[in-house]
Amino acid sequence: MTAPSHEVLRDIHRRMVRIRLFEEAAGRIFEAGRMPGFIHLYVGQEAVAAGVCAALRDDDQVSSTHRGHGHLVAKGGDLSRMMAELMGKATGYCGGKGGSMHVCDLDLNMLGANGIVGGGVPIAVGAGFANKYRANGAVSVAFFGDGATNIGAFHEAANMAAALELPVLFVCENNEYAEFTPRDQTMAIDDVVERAAAYGMPGTKVDGMDAVAVFEATAAAADRARQGGGPSFVECKTYRYYNHHGVQTLGMKYRSDDEVKEWRDRDPVPRHEDLMVSVGAMTPDRIAAVRDEIAAEVEAAIEFAEQSPMPDPADLLADVYSGPADQRQPLPPA
Amino acid sequence: MTELTCLKAFNDGLRQMMDADDDIFVVGEDVGRKGGVFGSFTGLIDEFGERRMVDTPISEQAIVGLGIGAAVSGLRPVVDLMFMDFVLVAMDQLANQAAKLKYMFGGSARLPVTITTNGGAGLSAAAQHSQSLEAMLCHVPGLKVVMPSTPYDMKGLLVSCLRDDNPTVLVKNKRMFGVKGEVPSELYEVPIGEARIARQGADVTVVAYSRMASESLAAADELAAEGIDCEVIDLRSVQPIDIDTVVESARRTNRIVVVHEAVRFAGLGAEIAAQVSEHAFDYLDAPVARVAAPFAPVPFSPALEACYVPDASRIAAQIRATLDRGQRPSG
Repeated sequence: MTAPSHEVLRDIHRRMVRIRLFEEAAGRIFEAGRMPGFIHLYVGQEAVAAGVCAALRDDDQVSSTHRGHGHLVAKGGDLSRMMAELMGKATGYCGGKGGSMHVCDLDLNMLGANGIVGGGVPIAVGAGFANKYRANGAVSVAFFGDGATNIGAFHEAANMAAALELPVLFVCENNEYAEFTPRDQTMAIDDVVERAAAYGMPGTKVDGMDAVAVFEATAAAADRARQGGGPSFVECKTYRYYNHHGVQTLGMKYRSDDEVKEWRDRDPVPRHEDLMVSVGAMTPDRIAAVRDEIAAEVEAAIEFAEQSPMPDPADLLADVYSGPADQRQPLPPA
Repeated sequence: MTELTCLKAFNDGLRQMMDADDDIFVVGEDVGRKGGVFGSFTGLIDEFGERRMVDTPISEQAIVGLGIGAAVSGLRPVVDLMFMDFVLVAMDQLANQAAKLKYMFGGSARLPVTITTNGGAGLSAAAQHSQSLEAMLCHVPGLKVVMPSTPYDMKGLLVSCLRDDNPTVLVKNKRMFGVKGEVPSELYEVPIGEARIARQGADVTVVAYSRMASESLAAADELAAEGIDCEVIDLRSVQPIDIDTVVESARRTNRIVVVHEAVRFAGLGAEIAAQVSEHAFDYLDAPVARVAAPFAPVPFSPALEACYVPDASRIAAQIRATLDRGQRPSG
């Protein structure tokens, strides 16, 4: 495996910083009470979404999770439409009908965040089926957490993909917690990737705080799938800095400060920046300029979202069905 | 026109649709080499091969999820769930995913998935292979559900489902596969959401669907000899329901009996009774009556199952009682 080009390193970096700054801003707005609903922040896991998506083609699909903002940003999502959706605005990706847990951009082949743990995995398998059916050389990626590998849908989907030899990448973001319960209480194995062998698919374990390692593992798995080699499993050891939900929401103490600090000391963003400087892919000044540029993009997204109108109540029933609204309206009273 | 069985009408319609559109494929348990557990897909693998007739592991969630992912990627999957009871195994993918993606995504998704399944009792298949679960599906916004009772409607509704950009569920009744009727050889649509007045009458409106539509027609024949003139409405689609046709008929006949094979409690009959009372209350000369299964799992023994599933004689007894303004027949 040759090292990624400088261009790829810069591409990965941009994707990571867009996620980091978007999520930090969303967290601040949420904690300030200016955003409705639930929010599951991706901060800390950026190397996974960025490393995976940088290794994909535009026509490769990804399915996502309840912690899905990072996957949409990494696929090239529009921050303004994302922020507007998180605020429930008419200009959001889903017109205010989905919110944080359902952001999607089908034009970017991002098949949606998903509120049901494991629910998106079979959908990625279906996208992989369509790619094989059309022999278009595309692959699909199912992102899911360590907790999702304990639900039946994951097992069925993994086995199906292997049995039908579909071009699917199973990317496990192992952040060591299923909501608030540590992983070692929910499975009797040390590495989630051990499960891959049971489906007869190759599995790789990578440092999920190292975007280059994620990129290289993804590229190898995607190549294999594109050449008809079937599905693969990539476990990325990673960590979320904030709470399961919100930044400090619920205030539950289920992880030690030392543990959080240990992971934050391995922050994937400065680590990647150091690498780029050391190999001459970017200067510190240029990195600062990229961060400033993206910070401005995030500020513009917030401005756009805050200025956007709420959805029109007249649209409440639109989009329940495709085509003419054929839910028959009640007759007038006799 | 050719005389075909319900099963053959389904098979012919699917074959013609697949022939015309390479985006249509069938995925499910034993749909390929076996041709489906009741023979619905017989011969299709010879014509379309394993690429388009996809045998899968026994994994209902993943089968439906595969259909969803393929549909949002532009294909038009036919997802077969061997028995309607197995819908429950796949319910997250059906109700939380397929039904809701379009709305949750602000309209940007298209989900042309047709789910085909086999429902109904009467084969001594017991409680996990005999259910009529349409009320559960009808309760989920985003799904359409059709339950044909004739070979003509079987083909026409299948074609409509396959051409629809929404997730649709087509329920075949297991005891109707051999029922024969005239079926055009060309492709045609029976619109989803349009009921059919299967028999015109003046004294009472019987609303039914699937196999209970034929049982209701048999009851109507029996009552005609007694001078009772029944109108029989075959809903054909249970989501959406053609309530206009039902209400219009209720306003003419002033009496309504709803018949279904599913259990009575919270079944389609309850919804129809409510809507009829909302829109035709002043026209009714008797309470809306329901003929349905009792609130119990489907039993195994033929002796018990015969008491469980409604039939023409029970329907006829209820119609007589409704005409006498009583709620329930005696005995």
